[in-house]
Amino acid sequence: MKTPLSAYGAVLEARFRTLLQYRAAAAAGFATQLFWGLIRVAIFTAFYQSGSAAHQPMSLPEVIDYIWLTQAMLMLQPWGVDPDVRNMVRTGTVAYELLRPVDLYWLWFTRTVAQRTAPMLLRAVPMLLVAGLFLGLRPPASPAAALGSLLCTATAVALSSAISTLVLLSLLWTVSGEGISRLMPAASMIFSGILLPLPLFPEWAQPVLQALPFRGLADLPFRVYIGHIPAQELIGVLLHQLLWTAALVWLGRRVLVRGLRAMVVQGG
Amino acid sequence: MDTLRLYFRYVGISVRAQMQHRASFWMLAISQFLITGTEFVAVWAMFDRFGTLRGWTLPEVGLLYGLIHVAFSLAEGAGRGFDVFADQVRGGEFDRLLLRPRGTAFQVAAQEWQIGRIGRLTQGLLVLLWSASALDIAWTPARVGLAAGAILGGACTFYGLFILQATLAFWSVQSLEVVNTVTYGGVETGSYPLSIYRPWLRGVFTYLVPLACANYFPAHALLGRADPLGSSSLFQWLSPLVGLLFLGVSLHVWQFGVRHYRSTGS
Amino acid sequence: MPQILVQDLRKTFSIAEREPGMWGAVRGLVRRKHRTLCALDGVSFSLEAGELVGYIGPNGAGKSTTVKVLSGILYPDGGRCEVEGRVPWKDRIEHVRRIGVVFGQRTQLWWDLPAIESFDLLREIYGVPLQEYRAVRDELIERLALSPFLDTPVRQLSLGQRMRCDLAAALLHSPSILFLDEPTIGLDAVSKLAVRDFVAGLNRDRKVTVILTTHDMDDIEALCNRVLVIGGGNLLLDGTLAELRAQVTRERWLTVDLEGSEEEARQLDDPEAEVISHDGLRVRLRFDPGVVAPAALIARIAGRYRVRDLFVQNPPIEEIIARLYGNAPG
Repeated sequence: MKTPLSAYGAVLEARFRTLLQYRAAAAAGFATQLFWGLIRVAIFTAFYQSGSAAHQPMSLPEVIDYIWLTQAMLMLQPWGVDPDVRNMVRTGTVAYELLRPVDLYWLWFTRTVAQRTAPMLLRAVPMLLVAGLFLGLRPPASPAAALGSLLCTATAVALSSAISTLVLLSLLWTVSGEGISRLMPAASMIFSGILLPLPLFPEWAQPVLQALPFRGLADLPFRVYIGHIPAQELIGVLLHQLLWTAALVWLGRRVLVRGLRAMVVQGG
Repeated sequence: MDTLRLYFRYVGISVRAQMQHRASFWMLAISQFLITGTEFVAVWAMFDRFGTLRGWTLPEVGLLYGLIHVAFSLAEGAGRGFDVFADQVRGGEFDRLLLRPRGTAFQVAAQEWQIGRIGRLTQGLLVLLWSASALDIAWTPARVGLAAGAILGGACTFYGLFILQATLAFWSVQSLEVVNTVTYGGVETGSYPLSIYRPWLRGVFTYLVPLACANYFPAHALLGRADPLGSSSLFQWLSPLVGLLFLGVSLHVWQFGVRHYRSTGS
Repeated sequence: MPQILVQDLRKTFSIAEREPGMWGAVRGLVRRKHRTLCALDGVSFSLEAGELVGYIGPNGAGKSTTVKVLSGILYPDGGRCEVEGRVPWKDRIEHVRRIGVVFGQRTQLWWDLPAIESFDLLREIYGVPLQEYRAVRDELIERLALSPFLDTPVRQLSLGQRMRCDLAAALLHSPSILFLDEPTIGLDAVSKLAVRDFVAGLNRDRKVTVILTTHDMDDIEALCNRVLVIGGGNLLLDGTLAELRAQVTRERWLTVDLEGSEEEARQLDDPEAEVISHDGLRVRLRFDPGVVAPAALIARIAGRYRVRDLFVQNPPIEEIIARLYGNAPG
């Protein structure tokens, strides 16, 4: 008999393997993200050269670092749910998942972790290399920043997976689930800093942006890397990410119980 | 005439099928409106901070942004058939189209319109209308015509890109995402003045994928600005026609792809 | 001049070999290794208007390539092919107006629409005049008994219902030639019979030429008097079913049902016939009528064993085809 933990490990490994098969798609995605990064650097450079760059919350080199980190970590964002599970929910075969002797929430959470990390690693490493060697991405601000951003990124994977799993669970309700699965990426895109570095938003928006969970996905790890958030504040950053992750996991588990009950009532 | 009527019969069927799932349609439309809307929020936030972009104001950039987004959403909605084409080739469905007494490009084009794309269209139109009224432009019929021409020219260019992307599927279905660099990348680039980019990037979007001809150049004629890149006023007025040319070239490449398919069967 | 003329038709495919790994994928964009596969290696035959022929062969034998060339989808590498005096691939649009094609595993109907709406749309695609269309459509609806489910979206139809609708869809423009590719695949017995009856009637009453590719030998036996057998890109045989049998083997099968025990059945044998299968009390033997007369063999068996029933039959066509491939090169 397998221990539950190794069962999750097996799921993780299987997902990794299937995703790694799509190497040509990964190469195409890399080229796309590289091109996209070049466009964004050009746009931000033009803005910084037009207005008063002196009093901005971030310098242009910091923004350029931020952009390349964004391009490298794009796949970590909670976009798109696991297509297999999506199909299972749609076709009703999700009921079979219930037959497995593991906790359904953690099973899906594990799949999502694999879904996020495999393509991210595949794209992040070459992107960081190319951007670091040729395109102006600087190394981490200090050894502490390097270590801190690694920690924050690991926590960001957990946070992103908690959000994705929640979206996945919302699919148990067909109509509203579709809405949530479309709107959540939009929310995370704007509030995580992927679209525009969060410090560049107007001052009055900052308190809201800081309270939301999304900045833990991109903004916090990136600014720790750049040194825009000093290493002394690392504990607070991690606490913000972890508390939100815990809250979203708790919510997800509640939603799962409700969703299964709804499904049983439908007779699906 | 007969062909045009048949085209709209097809489109009518596709639209009707989508309206059967009304909730889905609204979900797609509204979420697309919000997602693309956030892009303009980012543009606005940057102007809020920096005030100007190389001498361009927010409404001026809004004009560029609106033109390119409206053009893209039209092409995206109408060119959906080419978007799903890779799956059809993989599934062998293309043979069926060859067995019907109509052109292949026509049949692919007609098979689907995605009306949920109305979300991006609405967002682009709102930005365009806001810019048009915020700017100090006398909207003579000629200028309105030029704006409409720029939108159509841009839509033709994007449509041509969708055709080229679908044509690639005759050879390989794995790396089609590369074309996104010039479609989505083109929308992003075209949302800002071309003059801020380096020469190689300007070259890509002027000569290779002539989106600037449906966006940057006609916008100069509308705004009455002098182009730092030195285009003449006559060229600015005629440039949207380049989009038609691009579409024509794309259709020829498509025919080449179909010939390849018919000689290799793959 | 025959209706369909195929002379020395040749087609080779070049198949790209995928190289492993990321670098292989990148290099594959520039240069690929190829392997050639000869799908048609000089195939010739001709068909007269109104024939109903079975076109058979294993997967990869060149069946579907022939059908694709004949229907104008593919360009061949060499050889001649004319259908009603037209070269299919040169004049695709005019050619496809004159033919109908049904793929058993795919539908040409719009998935979300009732079949009747697909029919209306096909009328416009083929430009059939309204009067003519109505007459043809109504006759097809009647012959195929489609009226009960004409207004049901195609995705909700059973396979048999869908196949009948697909047959109608392929015939709305009154083609003079019909290609059927595995039309009975996956169908239940009743639907199979309905499809066969319809095709036979179409050929008999309307003189539509039918080219049928199938793996179901019952289809062939029920419908075709002429068969073309293809294997390894070559035409192995062109003739009637009887000729096919005669050319490959003269052997007959004797099936014996015994009384008594299975033990006894297992011990049954005969010096001039060979036991090919045991199934409980049923034993099957094969023999060559040139070596031993059927009557003599039956008398001998009936004398030695307690026989409840027996009968002589031709080997099933599958067996014959398999034998034919056994002799064939490639």
